[in-house]
Amino acid sequence: MAIAPGRIELRDVKKSYGRSASARKVVEDCSFTAEADRFTVMIGASGAGKSTLARLIAGFDRPDGGEILVGGRPVAGPGRDRLVVFQESALFPWMNTEENVAYGPKANGLWTDRAKEQSSKMLEKVGLTGFRRRYPNELSGGMQRRAELARALVNNPEIMILDEPFRGLDAMTRRLMLDYYARLSEEAPRTNLFITTDIDEAIFLADRLLVMTNLPTRVRTVIEVDLPRPRNLAALIRDDRANAIKMQALALLHEEALKAFSGGSKAATDFVDAFRHRLGAG
Amino acid sequence: MASDVSLAVDERERRSSGARLRRKLNSVSTRRAAVSIVVALLLWQLGATGPSWLGMRIPILGASPSPVAVAQAWSHLVADPNYWRSWYLSLLRVLFGFASATLVGVPFGLLLAVHPTFRAISYPAFELLRPIPPLAWVPASIIFWPTQELSIAFVIFIGAFYTIVINVLGGAEAIDVRLIQAARSMGASRGNIFWRLILPGVAPSIRVGMEVAIGITWEVVVAAEMISSGSGGAGGGLGFFIWNSYIGGSYPNIVVGMISIGIAGYASSTVVRVAAGRLTPWQRA
Repeated sequence: MAIAPGRIELRDVKKSYGRSASARKVVEDCSFTAEADRFTVMIGASGAGKSTLARLIAGFDRPDGGEILVGGRPVAGPGRDRLVVFQESALFPWMNTEENVAYGPKANGLWTDRAKEQSSKMLEKVGLTGFRRRYPNELSGGMQRRAELARALVNNPEIMILDEPFRGLDAMTRRLMLDYYARLSEEAPRTNLFITTDIDEAIFLADRLLVMTNLPTRVRTVIEVDLPRPRNLAALIRDDRANAIKMQALALLHEEALKAFSGGSKAATDFVDAFRHRLGAG
Repeated sequence: MASDVSLAVDERERRSSGARLRRKLNSVSTRRAAVSIVVALLLWQLGATGPSWLGMRIPILGASPSPVAVAQAWSHLVADPNYWRSWYLSLLRVLFGFASATLVGVPFGLLLAVHPTFRAISYPAFELLRPIPPLAWVPASIIFWPTQELSIAFVIFIGAFYTIVINVLGGAEAIDVRLIQAARSMGASRGNIFWRLILPGVAPSIRVGMEVAIGITWEVVVAAEMISSGSGGAGGGLGFFIWNSYIGGSYPNIVVGMISIGIAGYASSTVVRVAAGRLTPWQRA
């Protein structure tokens, strides 16, 4: 059976940073599958190595061990089929919005007119037509994120890797962006690997939720989020199934956080035990 | 939306340069600058004419010609073509040395930044030569180069070159790696990344390097002209003008020469700042 080009598979991936003696294991024996055209959401504490996984899948970095397959083929470097949207804005500061969005098509040899046409269509879609001549530093945080999504989406990649793309936005803008991105994705399905620390964001988007361990990171539990689409952020709060998933994921995340907090220290472990006891009593 | 409207208003006001100039001339800072200069001139005049009203010479200032004497000397010099020739010669040397330092320094800095092998080979030598002050090159330069003009230009080149290279290199290293990664993901070629990301990414540092370098060139040209005139050459220029006035004992002319250099340096820095500012249109203040 042919493997869909948008399918991501990790097998026992390892990655450490630093020299052998003091090396810090960031990813260890990490295996999971992100199915083609589905939303896979990775959730875990910040600083747990999720961004490292994103970089490995994007091909910016190579794993020390294990295999990363995209569409059944091992990743050999960055490619147009996998585009990353980073945590903070990585728009090109010296290009205006339109030039930023047209960068990908132009870099791939499209004639300027054709690239312009594609980018203006994309800008229309993300509602930035009126800001196409503005430089990134003249855009608000939310607009920058939309411009960045547009810059990636105009290349029509098989896979979008979104590394906490809405972090740092205010709560209102964040909800809007989420809703917006979900709708955009329904229009043109593709594989999405979305990294977040926010459980509501995760459940709203996910078909499959990967709860990650703390360092070294691996998949702790896979939860299939079988909630019907289109989803509604407000309605999810009252949805029993959503809440059950939320409780399950939060309990796991909480355990991981406590483990990281105590970090081997006796005093901290005692504190955590006492905290757990209190939780159990309450 | 409200912010868009105010942006548009800003834009219109910014464009009307006449209104802007008027506002600027009327501004508090302009008035304060005028007060600052007038008070300085007044103190200078009082100090220089110390013996007549105080009965004694004030140290340092007392030995200097008064601003009135300087102004008189200047009014004579304005009609003197030799004075303007000094301007012209120094300006030409600065321009030549600065332009060659920019033309060589920018590509050299970029090459250091993007080519690890080239860097490994040439950077140690560069770092070894860099601490040698430009003026230490003067005697060697006079020996190496066939004409005095070339030796002076070379010393100026040395003064500007290191500053420009160090700035370009630092700027290239400070480019956000994610920008390059994003471009590589989108399938951009190495050439495309260089022309459309590295070069504009370095542009602000090129600008800073040029702004600092033009100041250094004025420091260097004057000293080089003095030294070369001291060693028997007569290459002209504002540095030579000052030295010659000193030898000839016309002290007001020394001060005229000094102020002329101040004006020339300030003017050329302004030109470079405005011109280089066009390199980075996305960094409007």
